[in-house]
Amino acid sequence: MQINRRDFVKLTGVSLGLGLGLANASLSAFARATKPPIGRVVIIGGGYAGATAAKYLRLWSLGAIEVIVVEAHQQFVSCPLSNLVLGGSKSINDLTFGYDALKANHGIQWVHDTVTAVDPDAKKITMLRGDLSYDRLIVAPGVDFIYDDLPMLASAEAQQQIPHAWKAGWQTVNLRKQLEAMPEGGVFVMNVPKAPYRCPPGPYERVCQVASYLKAHKPRSKIIVLDANAEIISKKGLFIKAWANLYPGIVDYRPDSTVTNVDVATKTVTTDFDKVSADVLNIIPPQQAGKIAKIANLTEKDYPWCEANFLTYESKLVKNVHVLGDSVAAGLPKSAHMATNQAKVCANAIVQLMAGLAPDSAPVFANTCYSFVTDKTAMHVANVYRYDAAKKIMISAEGGGVSSAPSDKEGEYAASWAQNIWTDVLT
Amino acid sequence: MKKIITMIGLATLLITSVARATEVFVLSANPSHIHVLAASCATCHGTNGNGVDQTKPLAGIGKTDFLTKMLAFKSGERKATVMHRHAKGLNAQEIEGLAAYFSAQIPRQPSALPSQVLNKNHAN
Repeated sequence: MQINRRDFVKLTGVSLGLGLGLANASLSAFARATKPPIGRVVIIGGGYAGATAAKYLRLWSLGAIEVIVVEAHQQFVSCPLSNLVLGGSKSINDLTFGYDALKANHGIQWVHDTVTAVDPDAKKITMLRGDLSYDRLIVAPGVDFIYDDLPMLASAEAQQQIPHAWKAGWQTVNLRKQLEAMPEGGVFVMNVPKAPYRCPPGPYERVCQVASYLKAHKPRSKIIVLDANAEIISKKGLFIKAWANLYPGIVDYRPDSTVTNVDVATKTVTTDFDKVSADVLNIIPPQQAGKIAKIANLTEKDYPWCEANFLTYESKLVKNVHVLGDSVAAGLPKSAHMATNQAKVCANAIVQLMAGLAPDSAPVFANTCYSFVTDKTAMHVANVYRYDAAKKIMISAEGGGVSSAPSDKEGEYAASWAQNIWTDVLT
Repeated sequence: MKKIITMIGLATLLITSVARATEVFVLSANPSHIHVLAASCATCHGTNGNGVDQTKPLAGIGKTDFLTKMLAFKSGERKATVMHRHAKGLNAQEIEGLAAYFSAQIPRQPSALPSQVLNKNHAN
């Protein structure tokens, strides 16, 4: 089935006019929207990267670029702050949002569907309901898990027993319930996958949140951390201090411990050196670029991430296809703030290119990432990144670094960071 | 003949799209390098410097006020929790560009995005 624009609008019921008829529509926006677009960008994925790219493409093109997002989920659930659901200071409903404001405020067309194929020669994608053509495609699928070495965890049934909870949602809620049901004196076992993975400090923040719950409710319990890496890979000194000072006797951290086998029924984990039994088991599998990136041939054999041009985020392998967020092989932290930065550089580049101009040759952006060590105390890692024209990569500028110590003030900043990034991305 | 008509068609299309493109460029008020950098600040300070919650709003800030504070963060003269990390990573030209950008934004008071109850059928 080939969908032309008119059919498409009928099909989705979300026409530009309908979107603009809602809140925040201005006359000038309406005037712009009535002109024919200068190009169409289709975005696969409505996470931090995809939703940001959609909004800023519309804003910076003054509505002249038609934007269609294809997203499989009806709601946006934030991974940032989701560890606090395990600690108990947040509920999953505090982190769940709709897309309606974003769609209506910016006249973004939205399709709730799954993409099954990309044809870069014909410049079209195939969804379950049919085809959609594009001038430029943005692929922002986040991460997928690699189950090659842990096939016993690939099924939904196994994940009910042993959740990853590394994409915020029901698995997060499930893991919290298991923690609540764990007996006093029990053992919570979790792993850290081999880097790179989504959110470098995330697993260590999770250790803090679980430990915080145990300290308050089950103080004779402990948490064993099996890290596939040789050491804590983000905010190392700060986490070591936090565990020693705040959670003495609760956190048992073991580096160089790759999970090689899991017995789902008994919740027993095997590493090269160890065999550990858990009352509650949380396995975060190793990660790769989202499935559609593979389908679209944006990855090369034996390398699971997508190489991109950091001035435009156009794939190095496929023309007119851009890739954003955690799927990108950027050598930088796979964080939500970074995903939105890449999306903004990409959106600006596409606007410039569609207007027949050269994209910014020296992009600069900042990354701020907070981790909560208790329910209200947090610490940061923050850096400015600058494009290096000789190396053709984004490199860390001077002045970056981490907090000297976690504080309640940074906890307030972190909460504010979350409110602002959600509002920036989704309204 | 057919070829000529096609060529005329293409030429018209080209002229139309160039005209449209130029308009887009002209309407984009800020040089793109600075507005993309400024958008990076939105994660804490809100879209166009109009934040929600308690972070300092930047939209409509006095140019001198912005410059003075950022340069003091950069030199270390003014103590900061996080901002010194960002100020130190930017050059004087960028700080000046950001001052001009944020001072030109219209202050608004956006409300934070309300959260929702997670649907039963949500995957993950």
